[in-house]
Amino acid sequence: MTANALTIATARDALRKGEMSAVDLTMSCLTAIDAGDALNAFVHKTPEIALDQARAADARLARGDAPAMCGIPLGIKDLFCTKGVPSQAGSRILQGFKPEYESTVTTRLFDAGAVMLGKLNMDEFAMGSSNETSVYGNAVNPWKVDARHLTPGGSSGGSAAAVAADLCLAATGTDTGGSIRQPAAFTGIVGIKPTYGRVSRWGIVAFASSLDQAGPMTKTVRDAAIMLGAMAGHDAKDSTSADIPVPDFEAALTGDIRGKVIGIPKEYRMDGMPAEIEALWAQGVAMMKDAGAIIRDISLPHTKYALPAYYVVAPAEASSNLARYDGVRYGHRAKLAQGDGITEMYEKTRAEGFGAEVQRRVMIGTYVLSAGFYDAYYNRARRVRALIKRDFETVFADGVDAILTPATPSAAFGLGEMKDADPIKMYLNDVFTVTVNLAGLPGIAVPVGLDATGLPLGLQLIGRPWEEAALLNHAYVLERAAGFVAKPKKWW
Amino acid sequence: MAIDTDTARKVAKLARIRVEEGDLPALAGALSGILGFMEQLNEVDVTGVEPMTSVTPMRLKRRADVVTDGDMQAAILKNAPDAREGFFAVPKVVE
Repeated sequence: MTANALTIATARDALRKGEMSAVDLTMSCLTAIDAGDALNAFVHKTPEIALDQARAADARLARGDAPAMCGIPLGIKDLFCTKGVPSQAGSRILQGFKPEYESTVTTRLFDAGAVMLGKLNMDEFAMGSSNETSVYGNAVNPWKVDARHLTPGGSSGGSAAAVAADLCLAATGTDTGGSIRQPAAFTGIVGIKPTYGRVSRWGIVAFASSLDQAGPMTKTVRDAAIMLGAMAGHDAKDSTSADIPVPDFEAALTGDIRGKVIGIPKEYRMDGMPAEIEALWAQGVAMMKDAGAIIRDISLPHTKYALPAYYVVAPAEASSNLARYDGVRYGHRAKLAQGDGITEMYEKTRAEGFGAEVQRRVMIGTYVLSAGFYDAYYNRARRVRALIKRDFETVFADGVDAILTPATPSAAFGLGEMKDADPIKMYLNDVFTVTVNLAGLPGIAVPVGLDATGLPLGLQLIGRPWEEAALLNHAYVLERAAGFVAKPKKWW
Repeated sequence: MAIDTDTARKVAKLARIRVEEGDLPALAGALSGILGFMEQLNEVDVTGVEPMTSVTPMRLKRRADVVTDGDMQAAILKNAPDAREGFFAVPKVVE
């Protein structure tokens, strides 16, 4: 095994013991990245920054002043603004944009000594579930079972592909409707979306501000605990960032969930759910029960309305957030014809700069916010959102500690297979994850098994607000019981 | 509710996205499909339910009303497609 295949926890221990240097570890990842171009995961490579940071990390390690993330090489989703490094959100409209500032999340990671290997592919503005809306082209899933290339999921598809293929030790992701958890499940890795407000959104290109949250995508639950600890915490620059202490998430991994109540929501048993997903879910229930948890059937009655509510609220917020891309302050500006005024400049710039899915969502958002429809669509969706949140509050008040559901309705599908499908068919990928964003809760995807063709499948655990520590412990129990060790066979 | 080409044209205009006349029917169809999916929300009884405004119950923090940054004109203009004499440059707005 080469160093790039290590977990954060193992690498941290080896670095601290001096068995390996951060520079060697970084070189191992850079080599894997250059050999992994077929995956199209890294879209802007930053080897010079990485080696500078690795040398600084080695100096810090030598001084004995090394936090857990010191010297750990990471991939950064293109949605995070990184100073002096292209940050395009997978969009043509931000072509050439090099931020003059650093996002809070990357600042925190770098302060903790982490190393940035480069920027990772993603769906344009995080709008997509297959990484097929990216200006960089598709990211490719390292898992391959036949002639087809499969999607790594989306929107954090590059992050998922890079971690699963061992191009980096871990990656940052963001999750607005499932964009960390669905790709994690499609690639056999762990991904956690924290409670809304746990991680600062400052410097992350905004999609839907009341739903967006950043989180780690890692090879193990322990790594997720370590990395989340470095990303989380109050930030005065994000007014919705919570000013509450960040617990030691790793210390919470006791493996003991005896007496904890795990809720199984009946509404997540969807019509036409593949038998394999149902069987995986039943296995997960049995694993939690074996670990001493109490299994309880619960009801979340408004689940069915989560997707339509999400596809009103998210595009509405997006249409507002994306109004800033007008060709004036940064990014792409269309070439203008003789006599074109400022309105033509806006309209041509946005038509050229935004891809089809982003245009569609901006226009849906514009429509549901427009005079005469605001109440019928936007306010109604926000009322339904309140009911979805109340469903969760009710079961938590009744003593449920965590909720176990499937992570995705299927295993990874082939790139291009949904090309001619109705956009709504693609939206259904988020059916199990989107409720969590609407309610602002923490949710984690854990790989649990393989389907008949050999592709990974994951389950999702949903926790109480601010109780990521307990949630991670539940996930740790599931991970250990499932014993998922499969890796994609290298073809790239 | 179905969206016709006139409404699609109006929405595109409001969103400041140029859509060619010939592409409007397809756009209207796509938008109608998505809005049709949202019609399910009408099945829900929302009487007495306030629209959700805050994801987590929190009071926004206050801070002293003082200047905390600024004086970074060059950094702000750095990524502009067209900046001249310390300003963002755009096509003529007022005749």
